[in-house]
Amino acid sequence: MSSTANADRRTQLESLWEHDAVKIIAVIGAIYIVYALIGLILGYSLDGIVNTLRRMTYLIAVYGMVTLALNLHWGYTGLFNIGVAGFMAIGLYVTMMLAKPADPGGAAQYAGLGLPMPIAIIGGVVAAGLAGLVVALPALRLRADYFAITTIAFAEIVRLGITSDALQQFTILGAELGTGGGRGLIRNYDDPMNVIFQLEIFSSFVDLTNSLFGFGPTQARALAYSIVLVIVLAGIYWLIQRTSRSPFGRVLKAIREDEEAAQSLGKDTNMFKIKVFVLGCALMGLAGILWRFRRTGVTPEAFRPHVTFYIWIALIIGGAGSNTGSILGSGLFVAVLFEGPQYLRRVIDQLVAIGDAPNTFAGAVGPLLSANPVPLVRYTFAEFLTLQFVIMGVALILLMQRRPDGLLGHREETAAAIPLGARPSAAGGGSGGGGGSDSVSGGGFAHSQTRDQNDDSDQQTDGGIDAETVGTQADTNDRSEDSESSQGSESSDNTYQTDDSTTDGETQ
Amino acid sequence: MSDRSTDVQSTEAEPTTDTANTSPDTPTDANAVSPSAVDRTGEIELAVDGLVKRFGGITAVDGASFEVESGSITGLIGPNGAGKSTTFHCITGIHQPDEGTVAFQGQDITGIAPYECADYGLVRTFQIAREMANMTVLENLMLPAKHQQGEALWRSVMPLARREVEAQERDLLERVWDTLEFFEIEHIAEEKAGNLSGGQRKLLEMARALMTEPEMLLLDEPFAGVNPTLERKLLEHIHELRAEGYTFLIVEHDMDLIMEHCEHVIVMHQGSVLAEGVPGQVTSNEQVIEAYLGGEV
Repeated sequence: MSSTANADRRTQLESLWEHDAVKIIAVIGAIYIVYALIGLILGYSLDGIVNTLRRMTYLIAVYGMVTLALNLHWGYTGLFNIGVAGFMAIGLYVTMMLAKPADPGGAAQYAGLGLPMPIAIIGGVVAAGLAGLVVALPALRLRADYFAITTIAFAEIVRLGITSDALQQFTILGAELGTGGGRGLIRNYDDPMNVIFQLEIFSSFVDLTNSLFGFGPTQARALAYSIVLVIVLAGIYWLIQRTSRSPFGRVLKAIREDEEAAQSLGKDTNMFKIKVFVLGCALMGLAGILWRFRRTGVTPEAFRPHVTFYIWIALIIGGAGSNTGSILGSGLFVAVLFEGPQYLRRVIDQLVAIGDAPNTFAGAVGPLLSANPVPLVRYTFAEFLTLQFVIMGVALILLMQRRPDGLLGHREETAAAIPLGARPSAAGGGSGGGGGSDSVSGGGFAHSQTRDQNDDSDQQTDGGIDAETVGTQADTNDRSEDSESSQGSESSDNTYQTDDSTTDGETQ
Repeated sequence: MSDRSTDVQSTEAEPTTDTANTSPDTPTDANAVSPSAVDRTGEIELAVDGLVKRFGGITAVDGASFEVESGSITGLIGPNGAGKSTTFHCITGIHQPDEGTVAFQGQDITGIAPYECADYGLVRTFQIAREMANMTVLENLMLPAKHQQGEALWRSVMPLARREVEAQERDLLERVWDTLEFFEIEHIAEEKAGNLSGGQRKLLEMARALMTEPEMLLLDEPFAGVNPTLERKLLEHIHELRAEGYTFLIVEHDMDLIMEHCEHVIVMHQGSVLAEGVPGQVTSNEQVIEAYLGGEV
């Protein structure tokens, strides 16, 4: 009896899991819970925990935006763009140069055009799109692998161009501008979020966060900024969903599958490729702007190629071709691979007394000869953050071997503006199809169809369960460490990091 | 543009095993209308004149000239390396011919881009079926239709314009189902094209070509690797479509099949046209026997 009830509940859960919104909420929720637990273990106070979650949200939103744009390029159209960082850099730098005041003010700063922030943002997005056009026009004639080389070369040209002395300060049409070269640009314009911060309502938001979490004004601002980013992410998700679920998106998929066949069916594939490349690059530019335009400054170092590869890892985790997967992939990438090692280290530090690490690798390996592994363990732990890259590499290899289609499994989102499926009107009627009624025609046909649907749902739940196991694994990890905590731990510094957005640095 | 939707009516009652080869003279289903508004029967649909295509030192097509009559099934045969496929590529814009002209319905279409070719009403299939493997059969068939508003990005995104796009999609889906019924492949509608059998892929490829609303179809070895039952079915469809006014140019190796089903046969050898005429004429041509039939007939 109870087993059938369980089965019922299971099928209920499975049908619930099929909704994309549920997937996103469940995964992000799991991430929040895990990080809240981590915060508890580390002895954070409430505002510290909420701030940690806020920081996660901020990172997931930014990575989500770029991953969605990359999904448009690679997942839908098959354009192998590995120059993501370059387009992000163009967006941010152009915006900053447009927004910086024309009067340099301080000693070591470069002049900008002093334009209002909305115009500066539009300028940055347009510039990134135009850069995409410049790359696309000659490069789209190339085969996929050569196209990839062109994009990464372009990204490096952008980064080195920004760094170069020649562009450090230059005059164009009588206006003085500068990229700041290797020293970077300092944000000496007003906080771009002031539009919101100066609203009447915002002061009550500050009060609210203060009474709820004990936030100060800076933290409240950072929280509001993260919320804005989530809203922008939702907008981009909507835009890309519409783009991909349309005749336009259908042609994109066809280009990915077989460009020559698509051409023979009358599709001007080059036009489509250029349009979608420019759109994706503009969105990457926008994400680049939103990522860092509130920080105290920016240096070209922020746009080294590894940024591009982070985005690629997020895309691969979620599974190319799925917009929902892109968001889940960004969430898991940020929580497990990007921020995970750092927090894991802190948790271990908190729970176990590791002791002093030897200073050199030789010092760590040497004692192994006398069967003493402790120095090596200590050394490894001390170098934990360096290991992040190794962990990412291993994760990537495992993913490619075990689940090359991403966590959701091979999932395609139908490329049509209307749901395809059962014939909308009865067979033989022919004319003036009734909008979306689900009268099915022949018996045999209806049968085969239900079978197809079953297949579909099987695939999806398959992916779902796997995603869940990942979550619970992380959970159990935490618990096992929790139980170890009884073995007495010297509580080191219990201070949480008050990460303001201005100090949101990368770990590397 | 949806007026065609009623043209390609289903012939549901026809059992799949009904195989009797419909001979060219007795078209089956005549309830259909000609694809072009004007009846062009008997006129020249496609004219190839002095076509030359060189690849480095090799001349793949060497001055081929021939004409295809409107509403006919014309066979293009020749030994391997005779330049049949290259001729196809030159006609459909995949290759740029070095010399010569191609005219479709009197319009010069020499060297146009492949995608423009379909706009003229000339569409091809490939020797090896090139289905979009990761798209469903429905998506594959929704793709080719011309004048899809939603192919403009802004229309697909902007709320008001998108409503029109959706309406057009519904009409298109209706046409897709008609086409699926015509080819009797409704049962695989939601299958990924990559999961289809070889024969189903051939049907899909032909159905997809038809969705561009062409006037002439160039079929590159449509029967290669197809079992006899399916071959008969494909031929049935071809004859039905011809009766509706479509023109066919078919590259094929099976001599018997060509002789039986084509009104006009063009024999290519070493890049140029060796002989052409009605099947009987061609098979009795000494040169053709020498070059292709190996003196067997």
